[in-house]
Amino acid sequence: MDYNWDWGVFLRSTGIGDEIYLDWFVAGLGWTVAVALAGWIFALLLGSLLGVLRTLPNRWLSGLATAYVELFRNVPLLVQLFIWYFLVPDLLPEPLELWFKQDLSPATSAYLSVVVCLGLFTAARVCEQVRTGIQALPRGQTAAALALGLRTGQIYRQVLLPQAFRIIIPPLTSEFLNIFKNSSVASLIGLMELLAQTKQTAEFSAHLFEAFTLATLIYFTLNMSLMLVMRRIEKKVAVPGLIAGGK
Amino acid sequence: MRIASCLLGSALAVALSSGPVVAAEELSGTLKKIKDTGTITLGHRDASIPFSYLGGTSREPIGYSHDLQLKVVEALKQQLGLPELKVRYTLVTSQSRIPLVQNGTVDLECGSTTNNVERQQQVAFSVGIFEVGTRLLTKKTSGIQNFADLKGKNVVTTAGTTSERLLRSMNVEKQMGMSIIAAKDHGESFLMLESGRAAAFMMDDALLYGEMAKARKPDDWAVVGTPQSFEIYACMLRKGDPAFKKAVDDALIATYRSGEINAIYDKWFLQPIPPKGLNLNFPMSDELKKLIEVPTDKSAEEM
Repeated sequence: MDYNWDWGVFLRSTGIGDEIYLDWFVAGLGWTVAVALAGWIFALLLGSLLGVLRTLPNRWLSGLATAYVELFRNVPLLVQLFIWYFLVPDLLPEPLELWFKQDLSPATSAYLSVVVCLGLFTAARVCEQVRTGIQALPRGQTAAALALGLRTGQIYRQVLLPQAFRIIIPPLTSEFLNIFKNSSVASLIGLMELLAQTKQTAEFSAHLFEAFTLATLIYFTLNMSLMLVMRRIEKKVAVPGLIAGGK
Repeated sequence: MRIASCLLGSALAVALSSGPVVAAEELSGTLKKIKDTGTITLGHRDASIPFSYLGGTSREPIGYSHDLQLKVVEALKQQLGLPELKVRYTLVTSQSRIPLVQNGTVDLECGSTTNNVERQQQVAFSVGIFEVGTRLLTKKTSGIQNFADLKGKNVVTTAGTTSERLLRSMNVEKQMGMSIIAAKDHGESFLMLESGRAAAFMMDDALLYGEMAKARKPDDWAVVGTPQSFEIYACMLRKGDPAFKKAVDDALIATYRSGEINAIYDKWFLQPIPPKGLNLNFPMSDELKKLIEVPTDKSAEEM
């Protein structure tokens, strides 16, 4: 294939001010991390709450959490993003709508939409993992805690959740990495995160393969480092004898 | 099937090789590939109205650039003595078009691709087929008359276009304090404008007329401002294939010389077009008239 490779392209001027293409990738990485971390905090809090709700004996509360999971897990992420970005603001009361669309900078309103969207979407997945973590524990523990006179809140806080979270660190890690990868949908509503900057570099410089190779390396390195961090955390918090595996 | 059509192609080629039109010299590159396979693969877009888009009654693309592409196919049939030349269509996007031309999937792409110096490192361009100016689409009541009125406003443009680059440079150099939104395609850019997120939409004027014609109330909108740059659209083909490039250029130039170009222009810019029967009402610019009179394969920056 007749392609003109040039790895020096990243150090070349973009023609805008005195930026070089590498600056775009750095700025993009910043947005990707900002979107993913904010979305993750949101997802972890909401997902844990929903996960607990799903395991409660109250049929209404667990039904509510189940409905949430089914709704958010079964609608494509991109469709959800377009709903949050294009549809929801139009349904707001007019002063709020104008504030969102015109007073906020376009980057901020896109950022808010994508954080809400990713947070809600990932919360559904976190919820399922918290639920399975809780259900993986022997039922006898709940019974024993009840026999000791602990109330429901205490049972979750002091018996079930500390163990459940330890068990689900590996699958949670993969959700954590997923949110970084999923944050690339933000490029479709004009937020200049890593993928958007990559596409822009490809378009402006006509060096598509170099741009996407660099983006691949950045995503890969980012996710590998996050995985290693999570593995350390898993080891650090491990309670000997609680769960097998993980060395 | 493939082999059959191949054999058919060669049989026809043999049958017709006594004709006067067949070039005597040895074919090479894309021309040889077309002759050997009896097939040419054309790249087209899905929503570059009215240049190359889907929306006619058949599943084949339609548009101004597409009609010119077909002129090239007609000329190739003559030149190669292949009256049964088969045409295959491949849909390309703004990201895929260059690699697909380079790796041989697409032989010729005519859509709304700007000829620029960066792209010339990767692909070759035919003589220009259209010339646009980059201008603004805005609500008639917005009070925006020109680029200077954009200070401190939200402005949308389509990601990866020359307009985006110009807009960002303008923002830095003239400290205009604009917030620039880069939407993923022209349709989404217009949605940002229509939904009040942006005060103006900067893009190639012909495409702005296309978006305006699609609007719910076309009369609410106006194209304003002095063009910030001119861009020449051209067909893309593989680099280092002078024989094929000449065939494409000759076919386009012949269409210009014979005046057929005017009919094609009228059909897409001054008459109702599919799918909604809209009329873009976009008279031929002086720049395009000049381009047709003096065809060039240079980019606008090089002129």
